[in-house]
Amino acid sequence: MNNIKTIWEANKAIVSFTIMGLILLFVGMNQSWALALGIFNMSLISAIMALGVNIQWGYAGLFNVGIMGFAALGGVSVVLIAQQPVTEAIDAGGMKMFFALIMGAITIIGGIFLNRFGVNKWLTALLVIIGYLITRYYFSEAAELIEAVDPAITGYLGGFGLPVAFSWIVGGLAAAGAAWWIGKITLGLRTDYLAIATLGISEIILYVIKNEDWFVRGLKNVFGLPRPVPYEVDMQQSDWFQSLIAWLHKSELQLLTQSEQVERLGDYVREAAVVFVKLCYSGLFIAILGAFIILSNLALNSPWGRKVRAIRDNEVAASAMGKNIKRQHLQIFVIGSGIVGVAGALLVTYDGIFIPTAYQPLRFTFLIWVMVILGGSGNNLGSVLGAFIIWFIWIQSGPMGLWVVEMLGNNMQDGGALLEFIEERVHYLRLVFMGTILLLIMRFSPGGILPEKNKEL
Amino acid sequence: MSDSIDIINALALLTNFVILPGLSYGSQLALGALAVTLVYSILRFSNFAQGDSMAFGTMLVIFLSGYMINQGWTISGVPTALLAIPIAIIGMSIYLLLMDRLVYKHYRGIKIKQSIVGITASIGVMFITGGIVRFFLGASAQRFGDGERFIFSVREFKAFTGLQQGIALKTSQFLTITLAILLVAFLFYFLQKTKTGKAMRAYSDNKELALLSGIDPDRVVRITWLLVALLTTIAGTLYGLDKGFAPQQYHLLLLPIFASVIVGGIGSPLGAIAGAFLVAFSEILLTYAYKKFLIYLLPLSMHPSSLVQLIGTEYKYAISFVILVIVLLIRPTGIFKGKVIVDE
Repeated sequence: MNNIKTIWEANKAIVSFTIMGLILLFVGMNQSWALALGIFNMSLISAIMALGVNIQWGYAGLFNVGIMGFAALGGVSVVLIAQQPVTEAIDAGGMKMFFALIMGAITIIGGIFLNRFGVNKWLTALLVIIGYLITRYYFSEAAELIEAVDPAITGYLGGFGLPVAFSWIVGGLAAAGAAWWIGKITLGLRTDYLAIATLGISEIILYVIKNEDWFVRGLKNVFGLPRPVPYEVDMQQSDWFQSLIAWLHKSELQLLTQSEQVERLGDYVREAAVVFVKLCYSGLFIAILGAFIILSNLALNSPWGRKVRAIRDNEVAASAMGKNIKRQHLQIFVIGSGIVGVAGALLVTYDGIFIPTAYQPLRFTFLIWVMVILGGSGNNLGSVLGAFIIWFIWIQSGPMGLWVVEMLGNNMQDGGALLEFIEERVHYLRLVFMGTILLLIMRFSPGGILPEKNKEL
Repeated sequence: MSDSIDIINALALLTNFVILPGLSYGSQLALGALAVTLVYSILRFSNFAQGDSMAFGTMLVIFLSGYMINQGWTISGVPTALLAIPIAIIGMSIYLLLMDRLVYKHYRGIKIKQSIVGITASIGVMFITGGIVRFFLGASAQRFGDGERFIFSVREFKAFTGLQQGIALKTSQFLTITLAILLVAFLFYFLQKTKTGKAMRAYSDNKELALLSGIDPDRVVRITWLLVALLTTIAGTLYGLDKGFAPQQYHLLLLPIFASVIVGGIGSPLGAIAGAFLVAFSEILLTYAYKKFLIYLLPLSMHPSSLVQLIGTEYKYAISFVILVIVLLIRPTGIFKGKVIVDE
């Protein structure tokens, strides 16, 4: 017994990742490969997000309750970078909108400068209000013009039509920029302020996305975002792919007649095309995740990493040693949020569609938190493991819940109405379930599954 | 029509659409903000579960009042919800004390940064509470008020005064303002005059010293949660009677409530109330469309053609956020010098 425990302690990471891999293989063989790969890819994206949060929380103890907002900024940048521009809309209201935004920028910057140079406060306020009113006047006019252009299909300015890969970088930068602004204001004050401010900014980002139709079409969603990988339809029609699949299933196909062969091969090709596309994404995500892990592990083991950990473990001592805590925290907060932004952009790229209503705090903020804390805060591999476990539970708990309800239904004679009620609402229990997991880990195993190795406590 | 009548009409309009809604929304926020401030002073963390706890309390009231209406236990003219509140408070107290026993108590015993652990734990509680509420009531909006909707309606007011613009006083608004005044008076009396209240203040000012002078910390914490249950249930129910019940709305109330607490000075009850009214009135004044108001006051040639609305209603939560940011930039301690701005 003791023996098993020591082996587990020594090889925790390998063992838990192997178990997770086996579970996914099991899903692939029993349910479908497309499903298993779907879970795998989403886990990878979640892992990147969890990594960003781990950098903030695990390295520095910064509490980000607005992960959703930073991920949404990443999603927006996919639309803005990769979509083709809508020339009619730009002709209709582009210049006006540009002018309005410039006016707004001048108002804000002017206000800051006037304040800094000690101009009378009331005068500054008056000028800012006048600037705001002018901005708002042109802005609403421009927005109306843009939204009137073929609202069923476009009704927005579109993007720059650049390759989608740029949007991942831009998404990261956008999120990092927002984080810089928030961090500048709240870091150095109480920890609670950062938490509250991030919660606020993420809700506001989403309000803007949902309400400003001219920007990214609001609640009308953006479809057909360009992909970095081939389309299933093209794959099915390409010769080399067909012959590859034929070769893979050679022994089986030989036993069939000509017409059956064609039909069966068609099925296989269709299935394989889906799997192939998902595999391409997997490769891409693994590369990005791997790069982030390597970079952050290198950083963590460098003098910089030691400084960061020293600040986290004893702020007073680190401060006495002359480390600038606020600047360090700002740096980490910006880096972490930037990574969340990249993951948000990857997610929208993977979905191929931008749906503002899909951004729910539970799905984006809370789930990532549970991943980080379950996996082991401060440990990058832990975050990845946490992402895989929690995403798997999250996906499978829906069907599982329904299955349990149905089992109950089979044993109950006359609970029809009650059963229907539960069936309709059972998915809300996932909130309760995840909350319970979080509290249980915090209470009984604060280090998570793979605790941080060099925590000095 | 003479000018003075126009001015009175304009004022009536403003009273009906700005002052009365502002007063009642402010009172609701104030009660929620007081609950957050109490938890902060005694337990030393920001309670992120406040919004969802208000939803939980309201859920209890909705179920109880539904049952009471079924049984015919109603008083005509009075919303049944009001009669259900006392029992709901008991239920809410049990729930909060249970959560304290299961979740928060453990961390008080160990040496650890209370503010961070408290936030994390309260976020866990927030999702559990929100999940329970959505499971039992669904996520869609609903109304649960019954009885008379108005103390006096626009038509009655117009007939009485002969003005063009009427003022209506909704039952929910009247109840909100009265109950809030009573509750705040009780709370201040309790904290200032009673022995338990003094013990709580001592504990909040200096925990070690309070423990040395023989104050029972468990009792202080218990009383705190009871007060929080009282405030939370009443605030939630009043908000629901006024604006209808929707879990997501309650969850988002967190933002204006926190803004109120921080604007007023975190840990200061008086500040929480002042902050709540500041936030409420900013929200309503900035999202109100002044078109009609200006038409009364300005000569015909200057009548506005647009709505004259400073900020779209959909961004009302952004206002509390902007207030929060401004306060953090200019005066992080809040109006009424809150206790701490840097972690202990």
